[in-house]
Amino acid sequence: MRKAFFPLLLVTSAMFAYAPVVIAHADYESTMGLVQKVMYFHAPSGMVMLISAIVCGVASALYLWKKDPAADRVAIAAAELTALFGLIVLVTGPLWARKAWGVWWVWEARLTMSFVGWLIAVGYLFVRKYGGPGSDKLGAALAVFGTANVPFIYVSVNIWRTMHPMTTVVPTLQPGMRGAFWFSALTIFMLYGLLLAARVHLERQRATLDQLYLAEED
Amino acid sequence: MMRRLLVVVWLVAGAAAPSLAFQPPAAQSEYVPVKDLPPVDQLPAAPLLVAAYSFIWLAAMFYLWTIWRRLGRVEAEMRALEQRRSHSS
Amino acid sequence: MFARTALLVLRKDFTIEVKSREILYTTLLFALSCVLVFSIAFVKEGEPLEDAAAGILWIAIEFAGTLALGRTFERERYGETLRALLLAPAPRAAIYVGKMLGIVVLLTVCELLLVPLVALLFRSRLFEEPVLLVALLLTGTIGFAVVGSLFAAMLVRARTRDVMLPILLYPMTVPLMIGGVRGTVALTQTPVDQASAVMWIVLLLCMDAVFLILALWTFEPLMTE
Repeated sequence: MRKAFFPLLLVTSAMFAYAPVVIAHADYESTMGLVQKVMYFHAPSGMVMLISAIVCGVASALYLWKKDPAADRVAIAAAELTALFGLIVLVTGPLWARKAWGVWWVWEARLTMSFVGWLIAVGYLFVRKYGGPGSDKLGAALAVFGTANVPFIYVSVNIWRTMHPMTTVVPTLQPGMRGAFWFSALTIFMLYGLLLAARVHLERQRATLDQLYLAEED
Repeated sequence: MMRRLLVVVWLVAGAAAPSLAFQPPAAQSEYVPVKDLPPVDQLPAAPLLVAAYSFIWLAAMFYLWTIWRRLGRVEAEMRALEQRRSHSS
Repeated sequence: MFARTALLVLRKDFTIEVKSREILYTTLLFALSCVLVFSIAFVKEGEPLEDAAAGILWIAIEFAGTLALGRTFERERYGETLRALLLAPAPRAAIYVGKMLGIVVLLTVCELLLVPLVALLFRSRLFEEPVLLVALLLTGTIGFAVVGSLFAAMLVRARTRDVMLPILLYPMTVPLMIGGVRGTVALTQTPVDQASAVMWIVLLLCMDAVFLILALWTFEPLMTE
């Protein structure tokens, strides 16, 4: 499993480097033209952010109730990646919006939700870093609350505003765009998987180090 | 006491002088409508697209680099610990 | 047993507070200062901006509530009574509920003063539907207290607890705030948008239920070392 990491990393980097070629060959969108092509990375990053948030929530619940340390390692890795891909979404989105909508930011449903979700993920990381003793359980509770909050954020902000492209855009993509989209999406998903594996490995090494220190003291 | 007062007065005058000297720019007297933004003002999309793509690339690389750096530190500590153990035993 | 413990904790906090009224008065005054600061931003040429009153009311409640939470648990930490509470042969969740109810009572007393004041200062017709307004305020406050009490209890031992509480609490209570503000705006429309207000109240009620259940589940594993 570990041996597959570097080859897969190479493959993903190659795909990432090749993706602009694929994206350039995809059809243009009629109203937005060139800038719409940001979508090929923006939308999959959004998907990965949500997936990562769910992974973090489930792992945190497992840690809180089953006290499984492996679950805690996955939780912190997933939280970091939620913050990372959330940042990617929150930066690439406005870059697209500036051209497509004329403004950098708009307080509408999807954007507000993403921002709030990102703040919760960053809050989790702060708690793990600055929370003092017991911060692992604290962070786990925060993640559980955050995940439970997602449907409510979704409903409340959706009733409040809506302007962002709907979720129906991706399933109804035309053949000219579909190939480019799924290629880019696969690249982003693979990138996520690799980063998650690397981060969990780091946590596992840290846990081993702690064990060694404890063993030395005895 | 007198000297301190003089210093304070001097400082206040120094702070106030530029704000008193500042003149706001002459206000616009009328607006001129125009049909379409001149081509020089229309936003080119390519830089935004390139910026988005580069940001993703840089962010992912930076994160991977931080993992690699932290991993290096942990493994160095592990090696140091192993050495200490083999020395003492 | 559960209810009795919760009510005992509530009565303890109430008794301490009635003696000095320190947290109540300072929270109230802080809420008033908030209202003043917001008036600078949201009043244009002497007229408050439309729907500003609703936002100002709920933000003042949230800010004042955050401070009240911090100070209530600081009192526990200072007297080291939290450990004593946890050592007591009582269900831990009941202790949490007791503290949570204390915060609800405190915030309700603040709101009794704050709401008429905001209505007056910003010329807002908040009392068109008093029953709906009370329901909205109650559900919103309970939701805030549920989440806030849990986080404040969790953060009691953290060194950075003062700043971490808002950092964690504000994003988490965004749906509650949206519900509260939009519900209040619906109540200040002419004619009153009853359907929207009722919808927000129901949504807030669902949120309260889910958060309370989650909090009761997580309090026990959290407080265990």
